[in-house]
Amino acid sequence: MNTSVSNGDPFVSLPEIDEAAQRRLHARLEAAADETGLLDVAYRTLDTPVGALLLAATEKGLVRVAFAREDHAAVLDRIAQLVSPRVLHAPGRLDPAARELEEYFTGRRSTFDLPLDFSLARGTFRRVVLTHLPEIRYGQTASYASVAAAAGSPRAVRAVGSACATNPLPVVVPCHRVVRSDGTFGQYAGGPEAKSTLLTLEAGP
Amino acid sequence: MSQPPFETIVVQYGPTVLRVCRAVVGPDAAEDAWSETFLAALRAYPDLPPGSNVEAWLVTIAHRKAVDQVRAASRRAVPSDDLHDEPTSGDLPGGWETELWAALRRLPLKQRQTVAYHYLAGLPYADVADLLGGSPAAARRAASDGIAALRRTYLQDERLDEESRS
Repeated sequence: MNTSVSNGDPFVSLPEIDEAAQRRLHARLEAAADETGLLDVAYRTLDTPVGALLLAATEKGLVRVAFAREDHAAVLDRIAQLVSPRVLHAPGRLDPAARELEEYFTGRRSTFDLPLDFSLARGTFRRVVLTHLPEIRYGQTASYASVAAAAGSPRAVRAVGSACATNPLPVVVPCHRVVRSDGTFGQYAGGPEAKSTLLTLEAGP
Repeated sequence: MSQPPFETIVVQYGPTVLRVCRAVVGPDAAEDAWSETFLAALRAYPDLPPGSNVEAWLVTIAHRKAVDQVRAASRRAVPSDDLHDEPTSGDLPGGWETELWAALRRLPLKQRQTVAYHYLAGLPYADVADLLGGSPAAARRAASDGIAALRRTYLQDERLDEESRS
């Protein structure tokens, strides 16, 4: 918005943005929002070997992990629509998740111990599939068919595929460990390279 | 019916609201006014009708918070001539040098508000009048009186400074 007056604008010498003050005020808003129960969704990004990951958490737990190729801005828009528009960049709440992911990517952690919020997993069967995925242990893989069997619907192989494809918590809920029966990796929300990076990491040196 | 994440509101409008708060309540109280404004906005955000003028909405909240600050300050500043007693803050952040604020605080509150809402937040005089009461024409007069006074005091001081330096 243009606010300048042509002649002798007393504010013309002021900077439009006072970066230091904005940072200070943002941190204060994060803290106040959290204290008053208004921080419905907190998020941050984390640089990892599979690119920048968006991490978002509600008060219940981690609600979304998203790859850069999913477009973080679009993912945040979806969260605002489906969870709550009270979304703030507030890294503090994501500290435990960021720490566990860093440990995971440096080979020092094989399971995640984080409260999870599955509210972005739509559909009962998809949620059932997601709750079974952590049974595939670190360093192992399972076929879509065997996951379908474990979820109690052996014929729902395609539905397992779509549950994995729409997993709101990739990496943490290990849909990357589900591969095709012929041993090829299959699709992945983070792209085929990301899936291969994760499985190679878990296979160990 | 979908709102963008509140973070985008903070990033897009935070700086303008801070300038407005600084102009109305001064650089020291401004950060409290800003914080209360954005916390109140965050609380009300899910109920903001889609398509609303977000900047005008925020300025309206900031206006109320600033008025609260001004009232609280005048309650605290029991009858002394606080213009002279208060320690000056010296170098203030963001170029809100003491002189500009000193010039602004010499304006009547209504002129200060009008100048801030029209010149800093870019609200049309009709919106300024809705906030402050009175007619758009009266808001226009208050703003032009305010700007004229600032030119006489603040910009005059600057000019003198420059002349004495050269």
